[in-house]
Amino acid sequence: MANKLIVSLSPHVHSGDSVQKNMYWVCIALIPALLCSFISFGVGAIITTAISVAACVFFEWAINKFMLKNPKCTVCDGSAILTGILLAFNMPSNIQPWIIIVGALFAIGVVKMTFGGLGCNLFNPALAGRAFLLISFPVDMTTWPNPGQGFGTYLDAETGATPLALAKQLFKTTGAQHEEALRQITSLEWSDMFFGNRGGCLGEVCAAALILGLIILLVKKVITWHIPVSIIATVAVLSSILYVSNPTAYASAPVELLSGGLFLGAIFMATDYVTSPMSPKGQLVYGVAIGVLTVIIRTYGAYPEGMSFAILIMNAFVPLINNKFKPKRFGEVPAKK
Amino acid sequence: MKTFRIGGVHPAENKLSANQPIKVAELPKVAVYPMGQHIGAPAKCIVAKGDKVKVGTMIAEAGGFVSAPIFSGVSGTVLKVDTVIDASGYAKPAVYITVEGDEWEPTIDRSEALVTLKDKPELTPEDIVNKIKAAGVVGMGGACFPTHVKLCPPPGAKPEWVIINAVECEPYLTADHRLMLEKADEILVGVDLLMKGGKVTKGFIGIEENKPDAIALLTEKCKANYPNIEVVPLKTKYPQGGEKQLIDAVVARQVPAPPAIPVNVGAIVQNVGTAYAVYEAVMKNKPLFERIVTVTGKSLKQPSNFLTRMGTPMSQLIDACGGLPEDTGKVIGGGPMMGKALVNIEVPICKGSSGVLIMNNKEARRGEPLPCIRCAKCVGACPMGLEPYLLATCSGKQMWEKVEAEEITSCIECGSCQFTCPSNRPMLDLIRMGKQTVMGIIRARQAAAAPKK
Ligand code: SF4
Ligand code: SF4
Repeated sequence: MANKLIVSLSPHVHSGDSVQKNMYWVCIALIPALLCSFISFGVGAIITTAISVAACVFFEWAINKFMLKNPKCTVCDGSAILTGILLAFNMPSNIQPWIIIVGALFAIGVVKMTFGGLGCNLFNPALAGRAFLLISFPVDMTTWPNPGQGFGTYLDAETGATPLALAKQLFKTTGAQHEEALRQITSLEWSDMFFGNRGGCLGEVCAAALILGLIILLVKKVITWHIPVSIIATVAVLSSILYVSNPTAYASAPVELLSGGLFLGAIFMATDYVTSPMSPKGQLVYGVAIGVLTVIIRTYGAYPEGMSFAILIMNAFVPLINNKFKPKRFGEVPAKK
Repeated sequence: MKTFRIGGVHPAENKLSANQPIKVAELPKVAVYPMGQHIGAPAKCIVAKGDKVKVGTMIAEAGGFVSAPIFSGVSGTVLKVDTVIDASGYAKPAVYITVEGDEWEPTIDRSEALVTLKDKPELTPEDIVNKIKAAGVVGMGGACFPTHVKLCPPPGAKPEWVIINAVECEPYLTADHRLMLEKADEILVGVDLLMKGGKVTKGFIGIEENKPDAIALLTEKCKANYPNIEVVPLKTKYPQGGEKQLIDAVVARQVPAPPAIPVNVGAIVQNVGTAYAVYEAVMKNKPLFERIVTVTGKSLKQPSNFLTRMGTPMSQLIDACGGLPEDTGKVIGGGPMMGKALVNIEVPICKGSSGVLIMNNKEARRGEPLPCIRCAKCVGACPMGLEPYLLATCSGKQMWEKVEAEEITSCIECGSCQFTCPSNRPMLDLIRMGKQTVMGIIRARQAAAAPKK
């Protein structure tokens, strides 16, 4: 017996945390938003998500097996499922299935697997996939269905302008068009926007569900508060300043916060482990920068939504941020009293 | 509730033996005493084969200032002076003693009567330090740093407080907890002695809140008799028993990076078991030759706490708990976070043996390591504010300059990073290797820079 003892170095116990657990908890935290999307946009939301998940998982499995010849299956870690859900959440629910599949191929094949798979990619695969589609299929990607057309709605959905597009018109146009945008934007109902009764990407419309997701992630200690809070606070402060400076040219802070993919981005996309900074300080810097870039792109850029580009831009700066912003070392925290 | 301010984790506590009163372990047939039982120079053996020894006879003298003498815990005849594999896994010179009867040195006061400083007001700080030194008392928490050295601060440093480490933050271990419940008065006299010996007027006892009975008992006794000693309940968090973490938790001061030591911020930290040993050494003339050992594990029949003579083989304690279970995978000397896996169970109990933990086959195995997903959980867990993922990766790539710049030498090897990693990365294996290499490089650099004689 004694000669069979296992000898290894400490620590001899483990928390029991695993990659799967974290990935699956993020998926679970996204379920409320998916349900809300189903209520707003009908079955299209579910179909789009299912196609996207299936495509992402398939591409990861196939690349791993046939191109990388990796005997170990990496699909089970849940990261491809998560990428699939997030990719779908960043599209309109009435998008053509083949576009989804192209996006999934780009996200998994190009952005994730060519860099070495989970843990090695520089950019958030789902967001890069969305950006690729937005550039390749600008019309399909920006024709958003109107909410409340019944549960059977899919490709046949009627489409309309989203609040964020109105905000853009507010800034870019003059005369009658401007007046019309102003009238529509001031008539927006707070509660509609908060509970998802508005046009937009599949997963972004219901702020309430996304905040519920945030609470799940924080309670299960999947993420820390630093990134979501810093992004949301930055956008709130900046857009308030702009609005106060000229209420007829800019949308108010609640509209900015609730209208686009801000909550989805801040809570689920910017917090992607692989592509966000490691130290709390670095995460705050990253979050504030994303907030600033989002407001700039939304207000002055060509696209109405700036969130995903802001995150992708900051993804590129993560190695630099990690180098520059170190955690507070022991000994640096000043004495109390 | 107070706690340290950076990082930390909360492993499952598993204090299986918390309600088991301390039992006196049987005497071994042969007791074994390795010469290196403490940090610093090994002790020098002063007995030879055939010598008769009693309980409390010195068998090895201190090998320098940072060193401590070793005393026999049994009476009998020296069988041989040879080597033994101790808890570190290395063979060390050791004295073997065949046990005959149980005859104590007559100088030891074996009565149960409590002696306090009020009974012996003539004791000067120097007397106290000398008695501690002569009795071979070292840190009983596992680090085994000679106690008298900490009471003699280097020039320029002025101690303000004695902080007693009674947090027992390692899962499973309950030796300190039981000691506090059963020997509270003696411990408080020991703290009083440490305060007088270290010339400070304020003492703190840090206890984690998972031991409410010990907190209540000691608080009440301090209120009644020791107004200068304060019990500080602490939030249960690992590694609160790390010296630097404990100081931060209790008085909110952080010891700067090495070469600074605790006394530079005014603290002398001693383990609660050490306080008890100090009481016995100073008031009862009893050198350090026995200690409390927790023997525990989920598959063990009867997890227990033993008052054990040093030199007793661990196998004997395991037998007293119902024997080594069939499914044993690993036997650990110490706790599960920082203890050492033993190569065999004949290893003798030494001054620093706080526990013997038996893990079954399943618990004993590590999960399969996966690629780092950069989740930053290790960064959040590190109590020293380091970036374990980076230190581990760069150590693996032998980037010594980089890891030195990233302060790898501050790592206290607490294991919080590896404990918390969802990808099961064997970070501490790599960091330890990196830290040792970098310390070697630093020493070589200092040696080269030192003026040649
Ligand atoms: S905890 Fe593990 S997976 Fe997460 S960053 Fe650290 S090493 Fe990587
Ligand atoms: S073992 Fe070292 S690097 Fe890891 S958490 Fe502890 S102090 Fe930090």
